[in-house]
Amino acid sequence: MELTELRTEPFVLNVGPHHPSTHGVFRMKVTLDGEVVVDVEPMFGYLHRGIEKLAEGRTYTQNIPLTDRLDYLASMTDNWAYVLSVEKLAGIPVPERAEYLRVIVGEMMRISSHLLATGFLINELGAFFTPLMYMYREREKILDLFDMLCGQRLTYNYMRVGGVSHDAPPEFWPAVKRFIQEMPSYIDEYEQLISGNEIVLARTKGVGVLSRDLAINSSASGPFLRASGVDWDLRRDDTYSIYNRFKFDIPVGAAGDVYDRYMCRVQEMRQSCRIVAQALEGIPKGEVRTPAPHLIRPPVGEVYGHIEAPRGELGFYLVSDNSIAPYRFHVRPSTLINLTTLRDLTIGWKLADLIVIFGSVDVVLGEIDR
Amino acid sequence: MAIAEGLTQTRVALQQAPLPPDWPGGEWWHLLVFVVAIIAFVMLMILLFIYAERRGVARFQLRLGPNRAGPEGVLQAVADLIKLLLKEDIVPTMADKLVHLLAPIVATVPAMMIFAVVPLWGDGALLADLNVGTLFIIAISSFSALGVFMAGWASSNKYALISAMRGIAQMVSYEIPLVLALLSAVLLSGSLSLNQIVDSQNIPYLLLQPLAAVIYFLAMSAEINRSPFDLLEAESEIIAGYHTEYSGMKFALFYVAEYGHAVAGAAIFATFFLAGWKGPVLPPILWLMIKMLVVFFVGFWIRATLPRLRVDQLMGFGWKALLPLATINLVITAVEVLFWPRGLTMWILVPVNIAVAAALVYLWSRMVSLGGGRVEVKA
Repeated sequence: MELTELRTEPFVLNVGPHHPSTHGVFRMKVTLDGEVVVDVEPMFGYLHRGIEKLAEGRTYTQNIPLTDRLDYLASMTDNWAYVLSVEKLAGIPVPERAEYLRVIVGEMMRISSHLLATGFLINELGAFFTPLMYMYREREKILDLFDMLCGQRLTYNYMRVGGVSHDAPPEFWPAVKRFIQEMPSYIDEYEQLISGNEIVLARTKGVGVLSRDLAINSSASGPFLRASGVDWDLRRDDTYSIYNRFKFDIPVGAAGDVYDRYMCRVQEMRQSCRIVAQALEGIPKGEVRTPAPHLIRPPVGEVYGHIEAPRGELGFYLVSDNSIAPYRFHVRPSTLINLTTLRDLTIGWKLADLIVIFGSVDVVLGEIDR
Repeated sequence: MAIAEGLTQTRVALQQAPLPPDWPGGEWWHLLVFVVAIIAFVMLMILLFIYAERRGVARFQLRLGPNRAGPEGVLQAVADLIKLLLKEDIVPTMADKLVHLLAPIVATVPAMMIFAVVPLWGDGALLADLNVGTLFIIAISSFSALGVFMAGWASSNKYALISAMRGIAQMVSYEIPLVLALLSAVLLSGSLSLNQIVDSQNIPYLLLQPLAAVIYFLAMSAEINRSPFDLLEAESEIIAGYHTEYSGMKFALFYVAEYGHAVAGAAIFATFFLAGWKGPVLPPILWLMIKMLVVFFVGFWIRATLPRLRVDQLMGFGWKALLPLATINLVITAVEVLFWPRGLTMWILVPVNIAVAAALVYLWSRMVSLGGGRVEVKA
């Protein structure tokens, strides 16, 4: 009898825009050969709200709440990057107490954002929500603190050009102190539960390796870049605000795989705790806002201000024509640029790995689509 | 007419059929009562399991779980069922309508059929004390794979198709270690009848056959798609898997099937390795239920704790670890049974077998690596 060879052919699967693991409305047109990913074509724009264009019709102060809607899991750092750029453009100084407050909320935002990134990553590995719930527990505490600070849990609108909107209430300080003292033990708990787990190791070690060269060439940033062994952090290498006053380490990975990205985020949470603890000790008394007019007319010119947001380098490119609104308002979204290497990372891996690698990039669609 | 004649003939045949001497009640129509009783029991256990899992997993996850419908939320499953009953039944346009309809039934029925041979009530199975009970269980439980595959194929949905593909591969791979693990218990008891197997367990086989018990538990988890082998319903990857395109009562049937197989798996584990209904003071049925709940608790404990394996790792684990271990265990058991001197207590074997199991598991954890890595793809 003659054996007939079975013919197989790859098929196209649309992962998203409605899919539990695409963090919103991201879509990947995946070509699969069985379970193996042959091709990936990322498609986005499902959450496009035209924020960059909207911003051109609003005053500099009115644009602050718009930036909340970019990376909605790290709104504080969005605010910060924007006001930093405007201050640079208009030459407005920031009082010292406001700088300390910014560092405190910025680093807590980083902890909160990394908590979610890690929790969702483990969830995508299939852990049925338990790690995510544990991380929500600490994130809730941070959100409660921000609620105390500015009355909002997600879209804060806390920073102002020339400072922050108002000083923290007296009950904020003991609460944040207690949180920062407790947080390292919680991180220890996560590490005990996750870092040594055999299945986590089998699923993440060596998976989705981003080589050092590719990471630099694709201008990736944030923990995604550092996991690949590139020691680059804007807080230290292009220092802004008052980061040069604090002692902290920059965790750097070696392999550039999913596990290293996870590990980098966990270590960064520890470092953020260190920074907040130092800031709490050093914070001076005084004003939190330079008296600046609500209608700012920066001189004609252009500026690019960037900070190390939780997901990477977040920059705002502003062009002023000496009117009350920016002539051009451009965002450098960290995660969109990190995502450009998705195809190189995922080809040849299984469908399950595709989801995990995508999760390890840690994207927020609000920022990608804008 | 032919149908009516056939029915009459069947009735006559049933009336004249010789009943087993230990048939409870002694009347053939008692069969119906027992069937209803067993289905009621299985359904009750399913409700219990759903409630236990939802509340239990919620505790693992720092949540409260459902606690609104009825006292402590016990009626939540009932409320869910009513909601599902009232939902619109959607069949995709491109679906194979008949297969789409049959799939949930094919998936559900085997879970109930297994209980025909499981001794619930103390001595003797309720419905049929088959002398090939183990064979019956193995044959019936493989059926659920068919339901999954039918659902995945008929839905005309790519996610469902991937799930069906995974399901077939998974169930074919894990069926063999599962059978080999059960055979170790059969060797010890010397009978395929579940009743005999329970009777002969003066020492629970969990102690005499620790490795077989672990292998059976893992293979069972893979068979009934429970974590960490729940690739068929990997929510983060393929949404709801084979039942993505199901809604309403058909979906409810799949839900029942999922937990029904968990109930059946727990019952088989309790019967083969935990001495079934045996236990002091409490009535036998309660002992069985307690043991089933304990087995299920371990199941959802794992589910709330561990991430999922990848598909190639799953296959690697099945073929490279479970299958050789189960074979070695079977051979060791056979040698033990063959050469064990009459009159010497089996308790001596307990530490020996636990040590052997620990050594083998350690050895395999050193030797076997799971799955492959990146596959080279032609551009």
